[in-house]
Amino acid sequence: MKKYTYTEKKDTRSGFGAGLHEAGKRNENVVALCADLKGSLKMDDFANEFPDRYIQVGIAEANMIGMAAGLTIGGKIPFTGTFANFSTGRVYDQIRQSVAYSNKNVKICASHAGLTLGEDGATHQILEDIGLMKMLPGMTVINPCDYNQTKAATLAILDYEGPVYLRFGRPSVPIFTPADQDFQIGKAWMVNEGKDVTIIATGHMVWKAIEAGEELEKLGIDAEIINIHTIKPLDEEAILKSVQKTGCVVTAEEHNKFGGLGESVARLLSTQFPAPQEFVAVNDSFGESGTPDELMTKYGLDTVNIVEAAQAVLKRKK
Amino acid sequence: MKHTIKELEDIASQVRRDIVRMVHGCQSGHPGGSLGCADFMTALYFEVMNHNTDFNMDGKGEDLFFLSNGHISPVFYSVLARSGYFDVAELATFRKLNSRLQGHPTTHEHLPGIRIASGSLGQGFSVAIGAALAKKLNKDSSLVYTLHGDGELQEGQNWEAIMFAPFNKVDNLISTIDYNGQQIDGPTEKVLSLDNLQAKFEAFGWHVITSDGNDMDNIVKALHYAKSLTGKGRPILNLMSTQMGYGVDYMVGSHKWHGTAPNDAQLESALGQISSSLSDY
Repeated sequence: MKKYTYTEKKDTRSGFGAGLHEAGKRNENVVALCADLKGSLKMDDFANEFPDRYIQVGIAEANMIGMAAGLTIGGKIPFTGTFANFSTGRVYDQIRQSVAYSNKNVKICASHAGLTLGEDGATHQILEDIGLMKMLPGMTVINPCDYNQTKAATLAILDYEGPVYLRFGRPSVPIFTPADQDFQIGKAWMVNEGKDVTIIATGHMVWKAIEAGEELEKLGIDAEIINIHTIKPLDEEAILKSVQKTGCVVTAEEHNKFGGLGESVARLLSTQFPAPQEFVAVNDSFGESGTPDELMTKYGLDTVNIVEAAQAVLKRKK
Repeated sequence: MKHTIKELEDIASQVRRDIVRMVHGCQSGHPGGSLGCADFMTALYFEVMNHNTDFNMDGKGEDLFFLSNGHISPVFYSVLARSGYFDVAELATFRKLNSRLQGHPTTHEHLPGIRIASGSLGQGFSVAIGAALAKKLNKDSSLVYTLHGDGELQEGQNWEAIMFAPFNKVDNLISTIDYNGQQIDGPTEKVLSLDNLQAKFEAFGWHVITSDGNDMDNIVKALHYAKSLTGKGRPILNLMSTQMGYGVDYMVGSHKWHGTAPNDAQLESALGQISSSLSDY
């Protein structure tokens, strides 16, 4: 098992904030819109340096998405910022018609995704957003795993023409990917090569997958771990290549098991290379109040759950 | 004036013929609001707006128009074709399979003149404000025009945008409400009253003017006046009275023709009432 260490933990939303600030420096067409959550989205540096290109829309997410679509007409590259719930479910029709169907170059940047938002509870903990966004034709869906990768992803989507949903979160998580990484949209990141079981993880679950890989190694199981930061378009080649080698797969995501990464992988495998799969995901439930760690444990999104899923899927492997 | 009022009226008349023929041709679509807005749309595209029929999406240096109530696509398509964005013969494909003239306007089929999809109501203000902000950022002094249904104002997103624009001094925007008092299920006064729209927009900080959308001279003057009000710190709202179905006697003023196509006899009757100034597609 390849060794991964970290010296610092940071929230992925700060990676977005840093990336947005850098994007603003690189391209004068970058415009940021925020629905009364500037601090939470870490948009202060951008807003302070580029006040003319920072648009405070107030608590009006539908208007924010529509204005972002309009700003592209004239060559602007708008990045919208609010919580994941208010970035997707609340404004689904606005995204569908004004952004996705209209093929506008809008970057929908969503923080506080999933259970790890914590104490605010289920009203704010969306676990359906990946599904909502990946169903939209032409929408790119990205869920990076740490601070550095979120920053790199924010800059990568600047140079990509088309609508993007960028999902990140609130808790501090280990920084284990390189600061100078070459983030390629739609390209899986091989975390560890192994031969017994493939673990495909996204977002905060990638670090837990690494921890699970270390546990599995102690049990004599050689896990291949893949970081799927881009859920759509899915790197089908990388996934197929891995599962053709290992013969079984565990998917891990901070999302409902319905509509998430796991289902995308299952669709791919069922048509191309049927193989046993176990899902580490929320079991069709809303979240609740609690600390991020407590919630990840209660809802079955811990390292141990990945280990157990790997053991279970290995038993099903022919 | 680029055209005389009579010339504009003649064009609007041809647009009305196009509308009823398009809707008849596919036996679906929305003739009522389209007919009511034929004069306004003609005035806008043939007289008021500075626009380039050599279409590009960004529209830098030219005035832009956004149709929020996308269901009146027949009038939009007709005016775009008649003003040179695409061949009028293509109007015959309206709402048919593989057409660029979808039931509701879309950028998806790359029809020149369309800059946003509309159909799901209430989104046009937001999009137009975004485009108007882009113009300001680009130091582009051209204007943004919009058209909205009155019933459409029942959608909440409008009021988010209506609140945003004056506070942020979006004063390069001229929005028009098609104030015909009708929606699918009946008169707006019975479905969900809009009450005093002028007072509502004024309370939100808009400069409101009123006009008669079925009087070419009046609507041209109103739009020129609206232009003179831009750049003064406030968005402009043109509260434009129209009659749904204007120009076809059996359609006038009734919500029943919001989304119903005429049959063969009704088409003949309608065309008998509307003169052809150019030539039918």
